[in-house]
Amino acid sequence: MAEEISPELFNHLVELAALELTAEEGEYLRGELNNQLKAIDELAAIEIPEGTPLAAHGVPFPPELRPAARADETSSAGLNAEILAGAPETDDGYLQVPGIPHEELD
Amino acid sequence: MTHLADLPAHEIARRIRAGELRATEALDAALERIRAVDGAPGRLDGGRDEQPDKVHAFISVTEERARAQAAAVDARLAAGEDPGPLAGVPYTAKDIFTVKDVLSTAASRILSNFKAPYTATVVERIEAAGAVMLGKVNLDEFTYGSSNESSAYQPSSRNPWDPSRVPGGSSGGSAAAVAAGEGAISLGTDTGGSIRQPASFCGVVGLKPTYGRVSRYGLIAFGSSLDCPGPVARNVRDAALTLNTIAGPDPRDSTAANAPLPDYTVALEDGVKGMRIGLSPDYDKLTFFNHDTGKMESREMPEEISKAVLAAAEALAAQGAEIVEGVPMPHTRYGIPCYTVISRVEAASNLHRYDGVKYGHRSAAKVKDLRELYRRSRAEGLGQEPKLRILMGMYVSAAQYSEQYYRRALQVRSLIRGDFDDAFVAKGAHKLDALLTATTPTTAFGMASMYGDSVLMQFADQLTVTANHAGVPALSLPGGLSAERLPIGIQLIGPDFSEATLLRIGRAYEVATADAAWRTERPAVLAQLK
Repeated sequence: MAEEISPELFNHLVELAALELTAEEGEYLRGELNNQLKAIDELAAIEIPEGTPLAAHGVPFPPELRPAARADETSSAGLNAEILAGAPETDDGYLQVPGIPHEELD
Repeated sequence: MTHLADLPAHEIARRIRAGELRATEALDAALERIRAVDGAPGRLDGGRDEQPDKVHAFISVTEERARAQAAAVDARLAAGEDPGPLAGVPYTAKDIFTVKDVLSTAASRILSNFKAPYTATVVERIEAAGAVMLGKVNLDEFTYGSSNESSAYQPSSRNPWDPSRVPGGSSGGSAAAVAAGEGAISLGTDTGGSIRQPASFCGVVGLKPTYGRVSRYGLIAFGSSLDCPGPVARNVRDAALTLNTIAGPDPRDSTAANAPLPDYTVALEDGVKGMRIGLSPDYDKLTFFNHDTGKMESREMPEEISKAVLAAAEALAAQGAEIVEGVPMPHTRYGIPCYTVISRVEAASNLHRYDGVKYGHRSAAKVKDLRELYRRSRAEGLGQEPKLRILMGMYVSAAQYSEQYYRRALQVRSLIRGDFDDAFVAKGAHKLDALLTATTPTTAFGMASMYGDSVLMQFADQLTVTANHAGVPALSLPGGLSAERLPIGIQLIGPDFSEATLLRIGRAYEVATADAAWRTERPAVLAQLK
């Protein structure tokens, strides 16, 4: 069976996933991906009756099981200081990041 | 005399509430046990093979916090107050739950410095019931695995019955800790079998509740449509007692169901007379992927596991249950392929938040722009299994492939759900109260015997994952020992919100097997203690 994920496609996925891999890591992960795809290939063979719904979750969630909607009001968790304290780099209450790349749009 | 660390949670709470035992004494006994059996905790710079005879359940032991909690329980009792149904019971939390001001790592380098600003609902509730947290226990990184070996915190947990073997995963630290008497209960999570599979491997009780029965608030997410927090315990009553405290609606999780919350301990002793318990040939067949042929292969269930399931059926029949054989569950074998698609899509989505900006690990490398910061931080912070899941999830949900994979998997999920609906529905042919199966296709496997083969590892969950797809509750119980003296797990699966029934059947099974020789056996790490 041909490999579904070629090195080119794999590199594209790595870019989209905002990852960086060593050559060795990339080779291992691409191999595992292709093995996994073979193992899920079986899904393609299942006969799915017409009109079978997509199940976003298993348990039906009728209105009586759903929590009542809360009032549409904003409130603060009051955790700003704690959240900022956990951030890698802040400046005067803002999260600090390096420059954002700019791209000219066609 | 039973060591205090080995007492059931309900007995510890009873003694403490009756003034026969202090919470601080129960805590001391648990800490003493940790010192005796656990060895070095998992660490980022720890070695895989360090102290191979120890359990290594913990990532962090929060002794100071525990001492304050235990003292508070004793103080409340002295003041004539009721400290709650789990008064002074030492417990552990899988390090996937946030606990305010305590490191919450998900066993990943990317969260190695993360102190959560808030506490998970289940932790808040179990502690409001008086339980005392010993610490956070190890898991597969972000829960992605079935052996604990993918943890960035090494040494990863080992099986107390045979430390050369894995405890299972991803709640491996939870199951290992409970089996070794390092706390009477543990809070775990189950996305494809992550409570039940390690419970089975370690010879303890593990309950995956109905999806929505227990709030996911404060649970670091993996597969948001599949994740279920639940208890790991040494007996059914303790699991019921824990579920009593953690279940129920939660305004902070909109998927936490508004379903009535029974007292799960009330009917525990009512027996199984007249209950219909099913056996399915589709759970007695195993499917594995053959790397050489690139095809799926059917295999027989190991005989000693099949026998344990049949023995359980006979024991329940002797208690008055009606055993219904031949229940068709034809989509069982598609559980893993379907899960491999759905869970990876959800994992990829949930992992995008780790970017080195808001919290967690940030690369110290000099970077030219924000994109490089993302890439570097994620490359350094995430292990191989999370990277693999992100890439897989992105691929199978990409516009051009999602028809073939993701949408199809969601439909197959409907078919799996349909199998359970047909088995349980009152006007159906079988009208089951529960389905009885094995929990796992093997007993605990050796450390390093499977790790690295992500396909093979995934198939460890083939008997448990269907309940996650369907959202239904499932309970794993110790069901005997193999010839190698390793625990065998049996599983009960029931309709939505039938936890009380499953626990009642589980308790009846405990009663029926109370005198079985295997019940007197103890994990190897405890047999060595004086």
